[in-house]
Amino acid sequence: MSEHGPSLKTYVAVFVALLLLTMATYTAAYMDFGSHSLNVLVALGIAVMKATLVILFFMHVKYNERLVSVFVVAGFAWLALLIVGTLHDYWTRGWLG
Amino acid sequence: MSEHAAAAHPRLQHHFDSLEQQKEASVLGMWTFLVTEIMFFGGLFLVYTVYRVMYPDSFAVASRELNIFLGLINTIVLIGSSFTMAMGVHSAALGRKRGTALWLIVTALLGLVFLGVKVGEYQEKFEHHLVPGTHFAPDHIPVEHHRGAEAYFSLYFAMTGLHATHMIIGIPMLLWLAAMAYRGRFSRAYSTPVEMFGLYWHFVDIIWIFLFPLLYLIDPSRHH
Amino acid sequence: MSSTATAPSAAPAVPPREHYLNVNFGVKSWLLTTDHKRIALLYLATITVMFALGGAFAVAIRLELLTPPGDFVQSETYNKLFTMHGVIMVFFFLIPSVPAVLGNFLLPLMLGAKDLAFPRLNLASWYIFVVGAAFTVWAILTGGLDTGWTFYAPYSTVASNSNVVAAGLGIFITGFSSILTGVNFIVTTHKMRAPGLTWFRLPLFVWAHYATSIIMILGTPVIAVTVLMVAVERIAHLGFFDPRLGGDPILFQHLFWFYSHPAVYIMILPSMGVISELVACFSRKRVFGYSFVAMSSLAIAIIGFFVWGHHMFVSGQSTYAGMVFSFLSYLVAIPSAIKVFNWTATLYKGSVAWDTPMLYAFGFIGLFTIGGLTGLFLAALGLDVHVHDTYFVVAHFHYIMVGGVLMGYLGGLHFWWPKITGRMYNEGLAKLAALIIFVGFNLTFFPQFILGYLGMPRRYHMYPEEFQVLNVMSSAGASILGIGYLIPLLYLTWSMRYGRIAPANPWGARGLEWQVPSPPTTYNFDQVPHVQEEAYDYATARKEPAHV
Repeated sequence: MSEHGPSLKTYVAVFVALLLLTMATYTAAYMDFGSHSLNVLVALGIAVMKATLVILFFMHVKYNERLVSVFVVAGFAWLALLIVGTLHDYWTRGWLG
Repeated sequence: MSEHAAAAHPRLQHHFDSLEQQKEASVLGMWTFLVTEIMFFGGLFLVYTVYRVMYPDSFAVASRELNIFLGLINTIVLIGSSFTMAMGVHSAALGRKRGTALWLIVTALLGLVFLGVKVGEYQEKFEHHLVPGTHFAPDHIPVEHHRGAEAYFSLYFAMTGLHATHMIIGIPMLLWLAAMAYRGRFSRAYSTPVEMFGLYWHFVDIIWIFLFPLLYLIDPSRHH
Repeated sequence: MSSTATAPSAAPAVPPREHYLNVNFGVKSWLLTTDHKRIALLYLATITVMFALGGAFAVAIRLELLTPPGDFVQSETYNKLFTMHGVIMVFFFLIPSVPAVLGNFLLPLMLGAKDLAFPRLNLASWYIFVVGAAFTVWAILTGGLDTGWTFYAPYSTVASNSNVVAAGLGIFITGFSSILTGVNFIVTTHKMRAPGLTWFRLPLFVWAHYATSIIMILGTPVIAVTVLMVAVERIAHLGFFDPRLGGDPILFQHLFWFYSHPAVYIMILPSMGVISELVACFSRKRVFGYSFVAMSSLAIAIIGFFVWGHHMFVSGQSTYAGMVFSFLSYLVAIPSAIKVFNWTATLYKGSVAWDTPMLYAFGFIGLFTIGGLTGLFLAALGLDVHVHDTYFVVAHFHYIMVGGVLMGYLGGLHFWWPKITGRMYNEGLAKLAALIIFVGFNLTFFPQFILGYLGMPRRYHMYPEEFQVLNVMSSAGASILGIGYLIPLLYLTWSMRYGRIAPANPWGARGLEWQVPSPPTTYNFDQVPHVQEEAYDYATARKEPAHV
């Protein structure tokens, strides 16, 4: 077996971290960070952290060859392209003519 | 050549040179498929983003119709199922028959709990006339927010519906894998199907990790 | 050492050599095959049928457009004709053609592998394709689709009375065929190259298909989810694009074109890969600037995702976004231009042969250049306002799709026909057909540039009197083109039974696929090849007869 996965301890630690981050999301939603955008940023930031933990450890990407990481990053980058590329139309509607 | 030297592992397919190459190919192939899933759900995330930017207040108002407690329970259930899935993969890679089957069955059960809660939530939406279309008649939402609220609920049903569909497809596969594990089909050398399904299951969990804050936690305490 | 050599020419009666076509017979051995070569032929049969169906709709369109009034069919019917022509040609011919037929057949051979990474997924992709095609044909037979192949909302979601959901379902299903093919090609290229076959020794055909697969993976799911949203909006009245429900029709267009623009690169890149192989072989020269051509395939795949808004200049999209998309569209033309320059430079001081595949390659280079340049016209904001939704656009994309993709497909089919079938086709007929196709094509579509520029809109079945001459020319060209397509259908089919037996390497080409017998055995290689040469090593060619 070429692949060494996470140890049992690591799996449990990640699980606990995910639960804690879930509680953090829930709590943060009720807190006032000033502007609404900051709340969104915090919520998404925590979600990204959770997703990263799942990807790296539960999905073994940390232990896979680097090519797998390239594919993962490319997938999310393309989603970002879809969203930003479309939004930039809506954001600039009033700009010229 | 080594192909004829020793009997090839029974699970080694003829066009691969080694189990390692075969496994790496499977992992890469599964991730390539998951990238398509990112873009598939991604289309809905795009629509969500556009309409939330267009109707920020209506989205906040509409999201308060959701039961945050149930959403939180479901999030914990799904994260738990990801943990049990990871345990199942770990166990399969150690060649354990009973242990693997058990972990996979627990994962399926947690998935069923999630779906059960979802059914309850959907029922509530139907009763409160929150389903978009001709019968959309939200009681607690002011009229000026109806357009945005209808967009919100369209997205709510589409995104959680698509997510639930992925789980409905996954649960029978878990049971099938559990049966195979119990029959000793996996070993230290070969547990690829369990691992590949694990990737799928974790991905479905990740989708929910984003859906929870985006749908349930927009502005629960009306700060803005 | 159990290599199956090609049958010696003057030996006593030898049992026929076993290869992938005669290793077993019967319907089951074909329908349950996992041999990438048989699957390629299954695809060949299916897409030929779909091409004929799409072509039938084209015939109906050109018949209607012979005369100015809309007297052949009613407008509602005409809407269905051009829609079905587009849907079938785009999704069921152009997108699968080169990858599913030539890509499937050749990729493992070119890589020195025994099959693709996932042979059963490969077979599944064909079945999925057939099911998707069946759904769409059923949708046609039970009322048709009249939204245009672009099925814009809100017409497709709210107002159209045609089979939007059924046709959409057909397209949705077929998308998975594309995705599975892409998965297979990507993984196979990464993981199953023969020893010594580094990335920069790969044939450019492989680079092209790798780049194509990237687009298939990143783009197809977006059209899939968009079709799903259209269906859901139509059936359940969830409001995504309907303004009455709070939706935005322009959002549909963003989602649609995010896939559908890169889709045109799914169509052209594989054909470009074919052209690289043809130009190298028939100039007896390494492709000039090999690494630039390889990298340009990737550049087209990636930059092609940045330009979709150039279909939306007059839709209500912001002017600023229009400028950004216009600029990026000029950028994406550069790698295509690099390819054309490099193919041309390959010809320089090459030893050029005029075999049929090379005729198609020349046709491609010229016609793709015209199509590509007119794309730049359309990418200019000011000019696009004038020619958007006119026959100028129709001519532009037919120059690329027919003058480009289809010529590449036919060129490749002829080039690898001996490898695929073990037979040679009739060269005289083949050259004649290529000529007829070239003439017919230009007569059909060049007048359309003029018509568009003069203002004739697309998707209309009636037009002002003064446009009739050009329309008649176009329809006349179409009939010539149709005859041109029938001829290869006949002689290629005939050759499968009666053609001259082909040697392993009738063209004296380089590449691993030419080192196995024609046709190859089921598992391609008896021994794993070890590659020590660069691609297109024509300069140091061993003494081998160029043609048999």
